[in-house]
Amino acid sequence: MKKFINNVDDFLKESLNGFGKAHNDIIKVNFEPNFISRKTKTKEGKVSLISGGGSGHEPMHGGFVGHGMLDAACPGFVFSAPTPDQMQAAAEHVDSGAGVLFIVKNYSGDIMNFQMGAEMYSGKNDSIITNDDVAVEDSTFTTGRRGVAATVLVEKIVGSLAENGGSLEECKKLGEKVNKNSGTMGVAFTSCTVPAAGKPTFDIGNDEMEFGVGIHGEPGRKREKIQPSKIIVNNMLEAIIDDLKPQKNEKTLLFVNGMGGTPLTELYLVYDNACEILKSKGIEITRSLVGNYCTSLEMQGASITLLKCDEKILKNWDAPVHTAAMRWGM
Amino acid sequence: MSVSFLISQAKNIQIVIDENAAEIEALDQNIGDGDHIFNVQRGLKLVVELENDIKNLPLQKGLNMIAMKVLSGIGGSSGALFGTFFMSMAKTPDLDKNIDFNKACEMVITGINAMKERGKADVGEKTMMDVLIPVSEKLNELKSSNANMKEGLSEIIKIAEDRMLSTKDMLATKGRASFLGERAKGHIDPGARSSQLIIDTICKSLINK
Repeated sequence: MKKFINNVDDFLKESLNGFGKAHNDIIKVNFEPNFISRKTKTKEGKVSLISGGGSGHEPMHGGFVGHGMLDAACPGFVFSAPTPDQMQAAAEHVDSGAGVLFIVKNYSGDIMNFQMGAEMYSGKNDSIITNDDVAVEDSTFTTGRRGVAATVLVEKIVGSLAENGGSLEECKKLGEKVNKNSGTMGVAFTSCTVPAAGKPTFDIGNDEMEFGVGIHGEPGRKREKIQPSKIIVNNMLEAIIDDLKPQKNEKTLLFVNGMGGTPLTELYLVYDNACEILKSKGIEITRSLVGNYCTSLEMQGASITLLKCDEKILKNWDAPVHTAAMRWGM
Repeated sequence: MSVSFLISQAKNIQIVIDENAAEIEALDQNIGDGDHIFNVQRGLKLVVELENDIKNLPLQKGLNMIAMKVLSGIGGSSGALFGTFFMSMAKTPDLDKNIDFNKACEMVITGINAMKERGKADVGEKTMMDVLIPVSEKLNELKSSNANMKEGLSEIIKIAEDRMLSTKDMLATKGRASFLGERAKGHIDPGARSSQLIIDTICKSLINK
């Protein structure tokens, strides 16, 4: 394992410390229990948004705390759900009385810990669960699809609505719509190494890729030989389109997300390939996002997310945001 | 059952889990994301470290402190489930009286029922509940009969092992492994394996007492 690391047990603490110092103009890191909150108090009447999950997906979620997005984020250990006391403490810290909306990715550990945190918190609260990963079949017999990169879009869009006075019910409704309108497909070329494990999560040959990989290095749909980018991107988009069934000329947001180890040069190449393919299918791209937003440590790979947009989604996407990882309009 | 009994069991379990850590980690990497063993190890370490703070406390208080430690110190599914287990055990009535075998069975059954509720998982879904629910059912049977305790515990060891092995050919419908579909088949569930080792350790120490 080659990592910037001093001691496995201090890995998360030192990283959170650095995050707090680097962005002390907008956020504050609280320890024991760990949560990241905005530096300023939540304004009266504004619904608070809290997300969280295992660490290792940075900038998600701490990097999305700030104006127009989250009010707090609860980081767990690397790839492990945070604990209920973190969510309870974060909710008590940020709630201005208008209530708390928890944004939770669909993993058993996250769901259980957020549920317990919500039960322990005495104020008004509700939750939305993201499950945009089309690599996994959804049925009533499984935990369902995984929550992956579209969580970023949900947090941005609902964050804007909350900032502009949306009620808890309205925020939940919009969040659920963004989630439902999104589909994501990921591909990995290499594994990632969890610091506590010290070795790669999975073995993969030099000429292989994992199609449909999860953001913790979980296996996906199939293991394949690596192919030219255009073919990989086409297969990813086909899986998304099969699931999302966008109408002809429907407006979409195209989000190319890096897994942590793939350079931006390649992500833009993926974006270019995706644009060409979508154009040939008559799907209109009206907004874009390219970069490392929902990562899996040092994994090489990328995911593509397509979000079907209506006017309300676009308006809230365009609204000003100022967080460590996303900033425009202010 | 007392707080010192719980701590001594945690120490025994710690040794067994450490001995089998590589195997459990490998199982998790096959069908999950590899965090289970670290969560279990971290939880055991936290409980053992509580010894001086809780060894003289009444059982209910001790259990509640273990529950909060586990709940806030582990994370992942294991933290929520084991935290729920101890928290519910602490809610069993009459814990201030002498805890005999029947009472201890009742506590464990209460704890496992609460885990089932929290995880919304049942038998046949390739999780730790495949081991824990049948064990709980057997404890319920033993509790209301006058069966020989040591024989009963030997049966539980066997049930836990059989049920752990039975997860190998199951399709997962809960937890991370459920995302794999057919690819999860052929691998024992790591949570079922760690739970079986815990039960095995406790039962053997009681039999050899």
